[in-house]
Amino acid sequence: MEFEAVIGLEVHAQLKTDSKIFCACSTAFGRQANSNTCPVCTGMPGVLPVLNRKVVDFALKAALATGSTVRRESIFARKNYFYPDLPKGYQISQYELPIAEGGFVEIDTKGGRKRINLTRIHMEEDAGKLLHEAEFEQSHFSLVDFNRTAVPLLEIVSEPEIRSPEEGGAYLRMLRDILVYLDICDGNMEEGSFRCDANVSVRPRGQSAFGTKTELKNMNSFRNVEKALEYEIGRQIGAIEEGGQVIQETRLWDVAAEKTVSMRTKEEAHDYRYFPDPDLVPLEIDEGWIEKIRESIPELPLAKRDRFQREYNIPAYDSEVLCQSRALADFFEAAVAVHGNAKAISNLLMTEVLRELNKDRVDITETKLTPSHIAGIVKATDEGVISGKIGKEIFQIVYQTGDDPVKIIEEKGLRQVSDEAAIEKIAQKVIDAHPGEATTYREGKKGVLGFFVGQVMRETKGKANPALVNEILKRLLEP
Amino acid sequence: MELHHLTLEDLAEYLRKKEVTSREITEHYLSRIDAHDEEINSYVTVLNDEAIRRADEMDAALSRGEDRGPLHGVPIGLKDIFCTGGILTTCGSRILSNFVPPYDSTVYRKLSDAGTVLLGKQNMDEFAMGSSTETSYFGAARNPWDRGRIPGGSSGGSAAAVASGLCAAAVGTDTGGSIRQPASLCGAVGVKPTYGRVSRFGMIAFASSLDQAGPITKTVKDAAILLEAIAGYDPKDSTSVDVGVPPYREWCGRDLSGTRVGIPKEYFVGGIQPEVDREVRNAIAALERLGCEIVEVSLPHTDYALACYYIVAPAEASSNLARYDGVRYGYRSEGYSDLIGMYRQTRADGFGVEVKRRIMLGTYALSAGYYDAFYGKALRVRTLIKRDFLEAFNAVDVLVTPTSPTTAFRLGEKTEDPLTMYLSDVFTIPTNLAGLPGISLPCGRDEESLPVGVQIIGKHFREEDLIKVASALESVLGAFGVAGESGAREES
Repeated sequence: MEFEAVIGLEVHAQLKTDSKIFCACSTAFGRQANSNTCPVCTGMPGVLPVLNRKVVDFALKAALATGSTVRRESIFARKNYFYPDLPKGYQISQYELPIAEGGFVEIDTKGGRKRINLTRIHMEEDAGKLLHEAEFEQSHFSLVDFNRTAVPLLEIVSEPEIRSPEEGGAYLRMLRDILVYLDICDGNMEEGSFRCDANVSVRPRGQSAFGTKTELKNMNSFRNVEKALEYEIGRQIGAIEEGGQVIQETRLWDVAAEKTVSMRTKEEAHDYRYFPDPDLVPLEIDEGWIEKIRESIPELPLAKRDRFQREYNIPAYDSEVLCQSRALADFFEAAVAVHGNAKAISNLLMTEVLRELNKDRVDITETKLTPSHIAGIVKATDEGVISGKIGKEIFQIVYQTGDDPVKIIEEKGLRQVSDEAAIEKIAQKVIDAHPGEATTYREGKKGVLGFFVGQVMRETKGKANPALVNEILKRLLEP
Repeated sequence: MELHHLTLEDLAEYLRKKEVTSREITEHYLSRIDAHDEEINSYVTVLNDEAIRRADEMDAALSRGEDRGPLHGVPIGLKDIFCTGGILTTCGSRILSNFVPPYDSTVYRKLSDAGTVLLGKQNMDEFAMGSSTETSYFGAARNPWDRGRIPGGSSGGSAAAVASGLCAAAVGTDTGGSIRQPASLCGAVGVKPTYGRVSRFGMIAFASSLDQAGPITKTVKDAAILLEAIAGYDPKDSTSVDVGVPPYREWCGRDLSGTRVGIPKEYFVGGIQPEVDREVRNAIAALERLGCEIVEVSLPHTDYALACYYIVAPAEASSNLARYDGVRYGYRSEGYSDLIGMYRQTRADGFGVEVKRRIMLGTYALSAGYYDAFYGKALRVRTLIKRDFLEAFNAVDVLVTPTSPTTAFRLGEKTEDPLTMYLSDVFTIPTNLAGLPGISLPCGRDEESLPVGVQIIGKHFREEDLIKVASALESVLGAFGVAGESGAREES
């Protein structure tokens, strides 16, 4: 029997606000434990939450960028459960009337472009963190850090329309790119600012009813999500094929063992006793607020990719790489505006530039590079002032120093030699020094030409115009 | 006349005429607390040294010409539900028996800004759950008029302290009648403001959608003065409402001609102690003589209010009280071996019987599969109750009812029967469900000379109407005064 996977993803995105969702405490990461706290976020008796307007702005951005329908009146609810990292004994979340419903994220799959519909987007507060003196099982006590408590989160829930681990990965990456473009989340899965839980089931292909699902947790990278989905789909199919059945449960992805393990079954699941939070009034959003946010939404990754392909005539792969970061895409466009060779600029960005950025783990805006630097290098190459090889060397200097490439070419005498007489003199010297190779060439093994070109380039320290070198060598070597 | 008989207005006048100092008034009250509170048990914490220090500061400020207004230098008490920075705040519970908050409630901050001197924190039913102050971890408070009887609750300590001259005035809280019922049973004046009128920030939550703070005082004018000081929008409380605070004092002593007074017929049925019925009807007759137009009205969903309340309030409480887990503050039991054990033992030892009963009721009402039948339905009934009131207010300006169906009952009389206890608030609860303001003032006495209270209910954010009607009524019925050492009335 052939099976089909049914996957729905639940993403928790930490919002990049300066202060927490219901108090004025800082959201800054990495501070001393419990330094970003106040009576409100530590759940002291008598304190009350006050909603941070910026969180609503950010939620609206996400909603509008995904074509979701914004609820004019949404409410906050309490999700009740006991845990030491949850100071009030309940999490303030949204339940029955979330801020947004519907909407979609488009992804590119092997079968073409596919739309994954969203169920809902809602706002909620994060919990704190438990610290242990040793591995949990050996610890005699736990310490609680409330710095992360009440940091704002957006929960974004997809419909169960994802059919493979690859689609799941593509959906997550696209959603991450959108949130990063909107500048509302830093999208870092490893650091937990972008988290994902998955609901997975399988069913015989052609069947419309859903199979029993499991919920997967603890996947802290895009790759882990894909691996966990792959494993879990296989496990479920295996169970059914062996005549067993899938049990509704929550399973954890064990990164080391590369498998999912049972955490709790449905019977052990919490009854969260959701009810509207009486401390918060219904959130009302008027047309003016929505319009203001709509105006602030930038061009989104997919639209930008499509436009780059169309407008700059670059391959789909290039546009995807360039549009992974809004800053890189902007940089590309600014460089192309200075010098119109889009493909050459794209090449330089995708190879030399990205290699350095990845190595130094920085964003392009954090470097000394400017778009006119890159445009200048490509322009000098296109005009024959320097060779491509020299261009790469110049890039390294520009990247380190931030100096203008034209200045570097002049100061370091890197201008390409296009003087025919000079090149001819060197070429003849090289041929004379290697009579055996010259004979081989003349006997028809034209591949030896590369050897001579290399020798000439070495003699000229790479400054000779390669096209001219080729032409002159061929002429001199002809019998 | 002794200092503890003076109204807030009198105290303000004497302080400014330099006939008395804040220190003298404060010392007088502290010595009375020292002498009498062992019996009344109206305080959990008495701030002897801090109060004197504060009184001296207020005296010095006044002599520098720094006048903070009518409450400057006046010693007051606060129900132990308001967080007071650096001062023990127990909420009447073992679980907070060692809790010293690091911050001030807005009510306390406003009272401090107004120049009051805090005498201490007053006894109450645990987490404000009770109608007799008998559920307090610190023992029951006593009714000043008969010490074998309860003072009402949950703000019983505050009402008893006001009625026995152990503070010039007090601020309590009212979730289902917890200001008005004890005020009624102690012969004091108590106001439950409109929901949203007074900030709830720093007031330990019982049922968030119902809780409101309000004054308990000797006279209506005192209540007006105190209400003016604590009312107003607070950006720290999302449910507080930005409606201007009128000068309530100026609504005292006004003419009532043409005021339309509604008498809800559902509030004058069986179960009322005959003397309560008689005295409240006398009060209504007095209002008629004062020029009011008396109109019978109907609030048809009144019968469902108690049931509705005992779903909504415990549901919210079950969630509000989840934070008392022994992790961050308050009491933590010993002898646990794991996390769940720590929670269980701490909460088993830290909460009293009534609080546990309500946590269980509320947890049940919110449970999956029961939510719609209980909580969901209660919310719908609540809407109907509110609608009843709004319709009645199309025809009348205020409503008049008994505050409580009986006068003060005996200690222990109802502790074994929670349902009977709950009935003590049957006339006050609907007001909380509807978010309306209500005032209770003394209107007479029963055969045993115990005070009877009459309740006046007003429109949303129309506390001034309550002050106006209550003030006029008080002018003909007289204030109840302060109880003497024997419980006999001291003439003032």
